[in-house]
Amino acid sequence: MERIAILQMGHFLLVTIQVDMHDHLAMTLQDDLTNRISKTSARGVLIDISALEIVDSFIGRILANIAKMSRILDAETVVVGMQPAVAITLVELGLSLKGIRTALNVEKGMALLRSSLGDSQGGSMDGDAEK
Amino acid sequence: MQKNEIISINSSSDVVLVRQAVRQFAVELAFSLINQTKIVTGASELARNTLEHGGGGTVNIEALDRGTRRGLRLTFEDSGPGIPDIELALKDGFTTGNGLGMGLSGTKRLVNEFEIVSRVGEGTRITITKWK
Ligand SMILES: Nc1ncnc2c1ncn2[C@@H]1O[C@H](COP(=O)(O)OP(=O)(O)O)[C@@H](O)[C@H]1O
Ligand SMILES: [Mg+2]
Repeated sequence: MERIAILQMGHFLLVTIQVDMHDHLAMTLQDDLTNRISKTSARGVLIDISALEIVDSFIGRILANIAKMSRILDAETVVVGMQPAVAITLVELGLSLKGIRTALNVEKGMALLRSSLGDSQGGSMDGDAEK
Repeated sequence: MQKNEIISINSSSDVVLVRQAVRQFAVELAFSLINQTKIVTGASELARNTLEHGGGGTVNIEALDRGTRRGLRLTFEDSGPGIPDIELALKDGFTTGNGLGMGLSGTKRLVNEFEIVSRVGEGTRITITKWK
């Protein structure tokens, strides 16, 4: 079955969405991510949507669900790389994506995740916490 | 360019095909990236509605060339249950399923022309037009 890859990097899970996902694939990603967070005790999830040409209300709902689910499992989700045309369209469509943290790119998203983990994980605001 | 294309919508991969075909028409009409994104997003919403609420159907994608005015018209048709109260269905957040209820109302905001014809027990036809 077709699936979107989830990579693990330390305390974080990384997902890069590179295909125009049909709805079942997006649902599978939501389930897979939830399972992986609980199995790996990941503390953060970073979803790169820079290749996504649209976000409609279905994908918007999936992203919000992932964020909600991860929070329950004590992990933070950051969505990165939304294209400007996608962001403008989302606003006009009427989706607020409230509850979803966003960052401009992968580096900034990683920095956000590290800082939200706080000192116990050696995180820092400026994203250079590679030690 | 090709003037029109009809695609049947019977699965979630058909919804992807509709998005891709609408994108191709919009690119060939030289729509701006923003307008491409808006019409493809609207097409995705209405194609999903045709599938999930209408029980499947078709979309007719037409390139419009009215002299100096060029645009894209999409007509979604199904013979599903119909929409009993169109005004209510067009309210932000109204859903009879488990969606966000933003598909119809949001799509209306993304296009220039929006028309619903629906009869209970007979089906629904929704036409949207985006001018370049
Ligand atoms: N093609 C259709 N056939 C029957 N009912 C429809 C159709 N399209 C939309 N509807 C009705 O309008 C409601 C609102 O649609 P929409 O705004 O797309 O929200 P959602 O799909 O999230 O429920 C749907 O819940 C459904 O009751
Ligand atoms: Mg809908």
